[in-house]
Amino acid sequence: MTTRIQQLSDRLQKTFGSTLQSNIVEFKEVTVEVAAMDLLSVCKTLRDDKQFAFEQLIDVCGVDYSEYGSCEWATKESSSTGFSRGVDSAVNARLRFGEAPAQVCTDRPRFAAVYHFLSITNNQRMRVRVYCEDEFAPMVPSVVDLWPVANWFEREAFDLFGIMFEGHPDLRRILTDYGFVGHPFRKDFPLIGHVEMRYDEEQKRVIYQPVTIEPRVLVPKVIREDDRFETETPVASEENSDA
Amino acid sequence: MPEIRNYTLNFGPAHPAAHGVLRLVLEMDGEVIQRADPHVGLLHRATEKLAESKPYNQSIGYMDRLDYVSMMCNEHSYVLAMEKMLGVECPERAQYIRVMFAEITRILNHLLWIGAHALDVGAMTMFLYAFREREDLMDAYEAVSGARLHATYFRPGGVARDLPDTMPQYEKSKWHNKREVSKLNENRQGSLLDFLEDFTERFPKYVDEYETLLTDNRIWKQRTVDIGIVTPERAMALGFTGPMLRGSGVEWDLRKKQPYEVYDRMNFDIPVGTNGDCYDRYIIRMEEFRQSNRIIKQCIKWLRENDGPVMLQDHKVTPPSREGMKADMESLIHHFKLFTEGFCLPKGEAYVATEHPKGEFGIYLVSDGANKPYRMKIRPPSFVHISAMDEMTKGHMLADVVAIIGTQDIVFGDVDR
Repeated sequence: MTTRIQQLSDRLQKTFGSTLQSNIVEFKEVTVEVAAMDLLSVCKTLRDDKQFAFEQLIDVCGVDYSEYGSCEWATKESSSTGFSRGVDSAVNARLRFGEAPAQVCTDRPRFAAVYHFLSITNNQRMRVRVYCEDEFAPMVPSVVDLWPVANWFEREAFDLFGIMFEGHPDLRRILTDYGFVGHPFRKDFPLIGHVEMRYDEEQKRVIYQPVTIEPRVLVPKVIREDDRFETETPVASEENSDA
Repeated sequence: MPEIRNYTLNFGPAHPAAHGVLRLVLEMDGEVIQRADPHVGLLHRATEKLAESKPYNQSIGYMDRLDYVSMMCNEHSYVLAMEKMLGVECPERAQYIRVMFAEITRILNHLLWIGAHALDVGAMTMFLYAFREREDLMDAYEAVSGARLHATYFRPGGVARDLPDTMPQYEKSKWHNKREVSKLNENRQGSLLDFLEDFTERFPKYVDEYETLLTDNRIWKQRTVDIGIVTPERAMALGFTGPMLRGSGVEWDLRKKQPYEVYDRMNFDIPVGTNGDCYDRYIIRMEEFRQSNRIIKQCIKWLRENDGPVMLQDHKVTPPSREGMKADMESLIHHFKLFTEGFCLPKGEAYVATEHPKGEFGIYLVSDGANKPYRMKIRPPSFVHISAMDEMTKGHMLADVVAIIGTQDIVFGDVDR
């Protein structure tokens, strides 16, 4: 007996065929990937076709995959001084002004927009992921005309990741400060930020200056291979499995 | 003939009726609103980015600070998302405790909502009444976690500790003499469950009190009936969830439709509105008070009859006992690993949503197999509801903006994250 989730996955495959770049069922959730050019037509069908009836767009989420799978504590070998302490690599929490992260994940485009849908009629959820082909000008068509709720979610993804939504009526920043520079949730944006604000006694006004705090990481990011979880692809190479 | 231009009015960000730091730029034609442009983000703390730099179990406290009037409900989604990816389920007793505290939190949230909403619209008394009851429930928070607001009580694999057998007591001070103190402590002599049971007995009468003040109140009705009407189709398109969606007449509650924990064993009803105006949403939340009270009662009954662990005994996820650590090498190692490195989630992604007092509160986790989330996205209900501000206020008077902010039940920790 196939589960309802599997049936949804099959129905999606049957309806969209080769338009779907991938169609995965994982953790009892369906994820499909489509190309940016197909997004609007797929979404329209998902909303209007009775067998899907996804009336609600629950969430639009930007993701920056540039450090996906990178690990701060890749222990290749133990030496007389013990394992490396995982403090060399430049990850976003340790970046300073003008620094770029060291490791870059290259097996997929850098930016993606992830859409979560909910069908109230069928009581089902699904997820659609769209990768932005151009890393330097990430662009995805806007779904505002299909679900007005997308308006603010897309503004948020634009603000935090710099993903442009083509056809959005009012693509302004939303969460960051007036006059903010950069897209703070990108992995190459330092956790401590670029500028800090304080009141200057001499100039008698509030000024911005480069950050003075030191970036630090208390717990390094570690990827452990764990045989309790069944993963479809091997998670990491041998070198990370020093547990 | 002189040219008539619209007037732009700046509302907030430090306006008492703005429920926090909302800045509304209103384009007015006389006293009628033509366009509302909410400027949010003044409380943006980049919670999602901070969570990316910490092990999973260290971000639970951040969840409390999102929607800071429904703390444990925020934790609930996050903890369930971790458990889903880990493939574990917490013990039955912990599930009942979680459901009970989720409903206590719902009452806490709605109490603050009714207090602030009524105050904005002109009923001062409600605020004082609501805070009287909030006090009792925050004492329950304190008894179980030590904190009155930011509890960090739900943990992956269960809850932090079992329910206490004693309640914190009032002490004699220069404001309360001995007789007053003993009266205040009257219902605090037994365990937390005794205290909560006493509360559930009293609470329906309090709700009746609120209703006598508001439900048939002429001024209250003039301010809320037919204000901010949203049709069911529009409510769905605008992404409304929770009481905002039910107010428009869509019968949708995740506790019933996609039950998590032990909600499928609970006996309760979902109130649904008909007109989709502020008054309907008020009536719905009032009924949710009573339904939450019912659920708490059922949980208390079960928790009295059944004992058991409240934390999973899988020490790859949950910390071992203190005594165990003193005697057992294995426990010591587990403790060390868990608190220096945390646990790793398998590679993949998961979205978990719970029925938060304000609507659907979702956590989307992307993991690359590490001990920190690769990306965590919080799906806040308030953010979605406030994005409909323009549509809901268009054509209404300036004073109705305040009623609509109130009915949307917005908290800025949640909108701005």
